[in-house]
Amino acid sequence: MVGKIMSKATAKYIINGEKGKWEVVIGLEVHAQVTSNSKLFSGSSTKFGADPNTQVSLVDSAFPGMLPVINEFCIEQAIKTGLGLNAKINHYSVFDRKNYFYADLPQGYQISQYKNPIVGEGEITLDLPDGTKKIGIERLHLEQDAGKSIHDLDPSNTFVDLNRSGVALMEIVSKPDLRSLEEVNAYVKKLRSIMRYLGTCDGNMQEGSLRADVNVSVRKEGDVDLGTRCEIKNVNSIKFMQMAITYEAKRQVEALESGKKIDQETRLFDIKRNETRSMRSKEDAHDYRYFPDPDLLPLHLDKKLIEKIKKNLPELPDQKKERFIKQYSLTSYEANILVSEKEISVYFEEVAKKSDKKLAKNWIIGELFASLNEKNISISDSLVTSKKMCQLIDSISSGVISGRTAKDVFEIMKETGEDPKKIIETKGLQQKSDPKELEKIIDKIIFENKDKVDQYKSGKDKLFGFFVGQVMKLSGGKANPQLVNEILKQKLK
Amino acid sequence: MSDISKKSLTEIVKLIKKKEIKSEELTKSYIKNINSDKKLNSFITTCSEEALRKAKDFDKKPIFDTLLPGIPIAVKDLFCTRDVRTTAGSKMLENFVPNYESTITNNLWNEGAFLLGKLNCDEYAMGSSNETSYFGNVMNPIAENTVPGGSSGGSASALAAGLTPTTIGTDTGGSIRQPASFTGTVGLKPTYGLCSRWGIVAFASSLDQAGPMTKTVSDCALMLQAMVSFDKKDSTSINKKKENYSTSLTNNIKGLKIGIPKEYRVDGMSKEIDKLWENGKKILKDSGAEIIDISLPNTKYALPTYYIVAPAEASSNLARYDGVKYGFRSNKGNDLIEMYENTRSEGFGDEVKRRILIGTYVLSSGYYDAYYIKAQKVRQMIKNDFDQAFKNVDAILTPSTPSSAFKIGEKKNDPISMYLNDIFTVPINLAGIPAISIPAGSDINNYPLGMQLICKPLDEQKLLNIAYAAEKKINFKQSLNRWWEK
Repeated sequence: MVGKIMSKATAKYIINGEKGKWEVVIGLEVHAQVTSNSKLFSGSSTKFGADPNTQVSLVDSAFPGMLPVINEFCIEQAIKTGLGLNAKINHYSVFDRKNYFYADLPQGYQISQYKNPIVGEGEITLDLPDGTKKIGIERLHLEQDAGKSIHDLDPSNTFVDLNRSGVALMEIVSKPDLRSLEEVNAYVKKLRSIMRYLGTCDGNMQEGSLRADVNVSVRKEGDVDLGTRCEIKNVNSIKFMQMAITYEAKRQVEALESGKKIDQETRLFDIKRNETRSMRSKEDAHDYRYFPDPDLLPLHLDKKLIEKIKKNLPELPDQKKERFIKQYSLTSYEANILVSEKEISVYFEEVAKKSDKKLAKNWIIGELFASLNEKNISISDSLVTSKKMCQLIDSISSGVISGRTAKDVFEIMKETGEDPKKIIETKGLQQKSDPKELEKIIDKIIFENKDKVDQYKSGKDKLFGFFVGQVMKLSGGKANPQLVNEILKQKLK
Repeated sequence: MSDISKKSLTEIVKLIKKKEIKSEELTKSYIKNINSDKKLNSFITTCSEEALRKAKDFDKKPIFDTLLPGIPIAVKDLFCTRDVRTTAGSKMLENFVPNYESTITNNLWNEGAFLLGKLNCDEYAMGSSNETSYFGNVMNPIAENTVPGGSSGGSASALAAGLTPTTIGTDTGGSIRQPASFTGTVGLKPTYGLCSRWGIVAFASSLDQAGPMTKTVSDCALMLQAMVSFDKKDSTSINKKKENYSTSLTNNIKGLKIGIPKEYRVDGMSKEIDKLWENGKKILKDSGAEIIDISLPNTKYALPTYYIVAPAEASSNLARYDGVKYGFRSNKGNDLIEMYENTRSEGFGDEVKRRILIGTYVLSSGYYDAYYIKAQKVRQMIKNDFDQAFKNVDAILTPSTPSSAFKIGEKKNDPISMYLNDIFTVPINLAGIPAISIPAGSDINNYPLGMQLICKPLDEQKLLNIAYAAEKKINFKQSLNRWWEK
């Protein structure tokens, strides 16, 4: 029997086997689609969801005599991403051909970068519940995507859609530094966030803009050398990555404990059966016969270009987090949440700049996030825009409505997207802030509850809350609580 | 054969511009000659009707301020031509009709020329005798059953026989210069990158280069001028100002230094070739050039290096012919792999398969360093040899080929002896430099022999000037008995 995963959030993923404890070591090769209007080596559009084979040029379909021409924008995007990963940008890189036959690979080779990638070593910092951890980046290289083979449209034929053929991908290879499922989750999210901040990859996993090959190995706890790894190909969500790792690590421990060896091989994750299966072993591994693509000259990057891109780099999550902590008096935890997605950080800042920053933070992290989770939508799809959120918060800080009423207003806003001011007006939710009116109510309560007044005066301070409650009840919840407090205190002296 | 088709391209252009001949009349005379092509087999596809229509259109609204006004031109069937099938001499592309036009042919059409037909060649330009074409071998007009050389054999044959006033070929290891030498014509391989490769069926990308094949050096200058352009669609295209090779052509080569590389004196080379070389030296000396002995020490490695680099690139370049998207597909096989195997087994000829096998082998893991990487290093050494030499000389003179045209079938089953044919031309492609072959004499059978002039990168003008000076002195005259018309 293989033991349970240890539960501490950022603890190492340790499997308690029959013959000891095993540490799970994970590395990811993330394939991120470069955000660009046209493909890596042709002018074809990269728009998602077009009719099959409508975004295919003669180059993408490998007609005789067609030649690739590098898309300079994609190069800049790769440099940008490299800089965002604090990585070394290589002034010299080479495009190679990776040769293999498949129906959705029109050229019979994929243009990729093998020995000399455009980006070298870098690192990204993960924010984990018990601190930060740096994960090494081995390299980032550019390559073309293949087309898509569709096997299930016809019982005896395979259809090929070349719309994706030639689309630019960045393959970002991590070092084997990941030690738990939580770290895998944090790594992919952070990487995605950095690229979204940079505008270099939209990170849309449903559309296949972000997928990963997962390398898993296990070793006896305390061992220095890495175990033999298996590569699980083409996993397209964090959840599936975690499921695949869980299965694969367990499989490897069981194999090793029963005296078997792990073969270095490529495996496939079967979502329906929740298991990994061997695709091809090392012996059957393709010999890709990599060699420099003679149709493309080596890429020489100008220092000036890199400097220019560096200068125009947008603020990245880590920098923004530091600034938010200072500028908006956030805790590290709050800042992490608010910078995790570019759109969230923009939303927060739009609200916090114009209205009370403390209320802004609380309302966004609290009510707004709850509503997003409940509806399973992203912040950009929320009917409560930053402008409307500002109005709501202003209504609280200016005393028009209480925080309690604001929650009711928000409930309507999130469903209808209506203006908070309008909701307050039409529903008559404005606070009663006229002292004379409030005094009348309070006098009435004091008169009707003489016994409680006596008790209060004789030291039962807790009863104060009872009086406030009564005022609220009589005012239909609209009494300005601050004012109520003041008047009550005076009258009960 | 009509008189007009005996004339050089330069003369014909003059006649057209002086309105002494109409494009229609010119085109008709070539079409008439093409009708006798059966034995030569130099054409794969003829475009007579369309060419005549273009000629008439030209005559209706002639534009004379172009380089090739109203000139019909047949081209090697490796250049993709819009709506005209482009076979590369292979069964694989037997029925392939591109909907695009190669940059080079497009440049010719922009200069007023139009397509006369597509010329036979070795399959995917792999061959030195035009015997590997799926469409049958081509014969050399100099003698029946003699090869025209390869791979641009159809181009050389058609040009020499007067079936096209000029033509274009491609040269990966000698495919323009060797057939030019075998047929008594002029052939130039430009600096790598000078002529766009876009739209040319690829053989070996780092070596392939299109070039003119003409009757005279003047014609060659004119054609090169028409062909050259910077092409954004080809990443290896050189961005430089266009030169007027034709108008700048001069036979004044006084003071130029011509190098004679001792390594080109190979074992078993015939006395005739030696004599020809000596004569070449004398002629250039008489024209005022200085002859200097030089050394290109790594020459002997050129052929083995070439037969690693070229097949390696070819094995990958030809992977796209898989039966999936266009071209031939075998109807045998039960799955994708079997379809690939049958398509490529049936679609490619033996020589192409041989080179794919060699190329795949040298790129395989475990062999890559020993072959491909080493070949790249040697290639650099060969290039360095030339760089060194050009510090002291303006041009280099060598024979074009180690022999004259041979008989059909003579070397077909002996690939090594076939490959040796390219021994003098291959180093030039490896170095990416320009070279021209001009007719320089004849052997005992009265078969033409060519000499090769080589210059440093982008020195095409100088190359043409020296060739022009030599041509005048050599005064080569070819008399053909026109056996194929009988």
